Amino acid sequence: MKFKTLKLLTGTTAALLLAANVAAAETPKRGGTLNFVVGSKIPSMDGHMEGTFGMIHPIRPFYSTLIRVNPANPSSTTDFVCDVCSSFSSSDDGKTHTFMIRNDIKFHDGTPLTAADVKATYDKLVFPPKGILSLRKKFFSMVDTITTPDNYTLVMKLKYPSPTFIPSVAMPFNFIYSKKDLDTHGYKWHQKNVNGTGAFQFVEYQPGSHVSGKRYDGYHHEGKPYLDGYKAISAPKMAVRLQAIRGDRAGIEFRGFPPKARDDLVKALGDKITVQEGDWNCSLLVTPNHKVKPFDDARVRRALTLAVDRWGGSKALSKIAIVKTVAGVVFPTHPLAANKEELTKIPGFWTDIKKSRAEAKRLLKEAGQSNLSFTLLNRAVDQPYRILGVWLIDQWRQIGVKVTQNAVPTGPWVDSLRKKKDYQVAIDANCQSIVNPIVDVSKYLGSASNNYAQYMDQPMEDMHAKMSRSGDPAEQRAIMRKFETRLYGEEAHIIPTLWWYKINPHRSYVKGWKIAPSHYLNQHLDQVWLDK
Amino acid sequence: MAINETYVGVQEEPLAEQTWGGVAKDLIRRQPLGALGGLVVILMIAAALFAPQIATHDPEINDFGAMLEAPSLAHIFGTDEFGRDIYSRIVHGARTAMLVGFTAAICGSTIGLLIGVTSAYFGGWVDIIVQRVVDVLIAFPSIILALAIVIILGRGVGPVIIAITIPMIPTCARVVRSSALAVREIPYVDAARAMGFGHARIVLRHISPNIMAPYLIMLTTFLGAAILAEASLSYLGLGVQEPTPAWGLMLKSGAEEYAESAPWAVIFPGVAITLAVFGFNLFGDAMRDVLDPKLRSR
Repeated sequence: MKFKTLKLLTGTTAALLLAANVAAAETPKRGGTLNFVVGSKIPSMDGHMEGTFGMIHPIRPFYSTLIRVNPANPSSTTDFVCDVCSSFSSSDDGKTHTFMIRNDIKFHDGTPLTAADVKATYDKLVFPPKGILSLRKKFFSMVDTITTPDNYTLVMKLKYPSPTFIPSVAMPFNFIYSKKDLDTHGYKWHQKNVNGTGAFQFVEYQPGSHVSGKRYDGYHHEGKPYLDGYKAISAPKMAVRLQAIRGDRAGIEFRGFPPKARDDLVKALGDKITVQEGDWNCSLLVTPNHKVKPFDDARVRRALTLAVDRWGGSKALSKIAIVKTVAGVVFPTHPLAANKEELTKIPGFWTDIKKSRAEAKRLLKEAGQSNLSFTLLNRAVDQPYRILGVWLIDQWRQIGVKVTQNAVPTGPWVDSLRKKKDYQVAIDANCQSIVNPIVDVSKYLGSASNNYAQYMDQPMEDMHAKMSRSGDPAEQRAIMRKFETRLYGEEAHIIPTLWWYKINPHRSYVKGWKIAPSHYLNQHLDQVWLDK
Repeated sequence: MAINETYVGVQEEPLAEQTWGGVAKDLIRRQPLGALGGLVVILMIAAALFAPQIATHDPEINDFGAMLEAPSLAHIFGTDEFGRDIYSRIVHGARTAMLVGFTAAICGSTIGLLIGVTSAYFGGWVDIIVQRVVDVLIAFPSIILALAIVIILGRGVGPVIIAITIPMIPTCARVVRSSALAVREIPYVDAARAMGFGHARIVLRHISPNIMAPYLIMLTTFLGAAILAEASLSYLGLGVQEPTPAWGLMLKSGAEEYAESAPWAVIFPGVAITLAVFGFNLFGDAMRDVLDPKLRSR
């Protein structure tokens, strides 16, 4: 009975999504203030050192980037357009990238933007001085030099051609700062101060309450922004965010809601709610600690992955959690992703779960771990961590493995993964912004600082290095398959679960915003308008 | 020992000579609400003890074919988002509630008893220091103190019991001390001293048994409070962990997302918590009325 309702709501959702696409062709209206809710705090306002949507959603509209994901086509994994540049090109050997910088852009304090500002920004990102954190420095490890032949030309020379370079430049965290600010105030000034060239000017930040911005009349994308301003309201609890939209205190929440919340909103508000959905560049993982017995034994790890029914789980969990798609190591719609035929060859992705679990039991017996029990470290966050934790425990129970859960807040969870390394098996996630598969899978390298499984697998390191330097998509794809099979199947270093699924129900009067594969993307808000 | 018996007065009515049925009838006649509370307490304890026999389903097994089903013959309290039977989870949840409730209440009131009696018996600097520490602990709202303790000790049943027990100790110690101050002035305590008994013997065998009335009242009051505190901590995600059935955890899982579309996921755990706390409080009140000589005659 319940799922008839769900089907009905899903149908309604699809109809609403269609309506949203039709509405996208409407003529934008100017004016109004967009209120939106944000479920996380702002650690600092410096995009270069942060990696959370809690900062991106309220702060990104104040800044521009060199290039960005096409706002009209944010679901594409390969469509990048200029933001502060007028054009960009690459040399034939792929080692020299030239960006022509626009000459009509001014910072909010009136300072004209030149290539020197972009260079100063990228110097901070790529070659940060000691003591200055640049969270994505490793993404630019291929960059050799950054030069400015003239005031409006920026040239980046690479040590080797890399398919990951352009997507890395398009990352939304790469805020363009003024050279003057960096020279005058230092590299830490932007942690607490704002001066960008984005669509909106900073008005105020009340910690724990809101961030507000007003339209920047000198914005460089003609006719934009449409809004007079915006207010990003802090609301850590999901119920509060949901009720804010329901009660029209906010028009949208950009991160996403679980399916049930979507259905409740649609049921309550009908056509006043529009739903946008799509795959999310986030996957939930299980990380066995290779330095803790018996998880140093590949047979045990393989048994744990073989026990998990991903195909069945996808159908059920997508009704209660923000997960859905079964896919390999690469974002599902990217050309480098495995197709279903390739995927179902990897242990853990077999479609016959009985056969899979029988093999899991055999492996456990062979490893002398038929009565295996362990504690699963989890993050005490409902969506999707808690839900997936309960599901996984039930999956492992079916091969006779007894698991207790230790769900802790984000701080201790991160501390246990990064510093203490005292867990047996942990739930972790790989969430990225721009879909940049070769960079995204770097988390699975033993040498990566954000890999917490404590293994070193040289063949995987070599495969990744070869992929990073290959200019041939076919070769990249072939290597990626080997990388994936070794990671998930042969060694089971990491146990994949499901890819996240982004669901954004919002007030139908919020127009112009299109869902992207990441909650970090398309948040400059210059294309958003209110149909009120 | 005659003075002792006269003071306590609990043996004025020889209840021990009655049959259990007679005691029950007497309790129902004199304390009908207390008897109702007692019945709830017995039911809760029975549910905890015989959970595997009473439950209709395994409380931890997911059944994705029965997700969020409304109450029916197959699932009398409905199912949660994982298709787990809510009735079976409530029955098994009683184990968690009773384990935490009884352990915390017994430990909290017993440690409080010993500290309170010791403080009153020795008096002087010992009493001043102990009571100032008690003042400090009482100054913290108990749930805040429990939260701080859980954060330090970690999650799970053990830390939760400790977290709930510690705030109970000063409350009990303060109440017990006031009774013990009166008892220590009674001549039989002097007599015990004169006979050369040690402090420990006097505290444990001569004073403590004579303040059983306030102790038992505190104990029953603490039972309800401990169950509520366990549910609160679980609701905040600081108590026992999924998939272990616990009422507060069930309430938390259902409240945010399913209160509207699947209210049974919230109502039944809520009723279980309310009923348990109500039952223990009624029972505690009745205990007080029975044990307090002043109230008993009313």
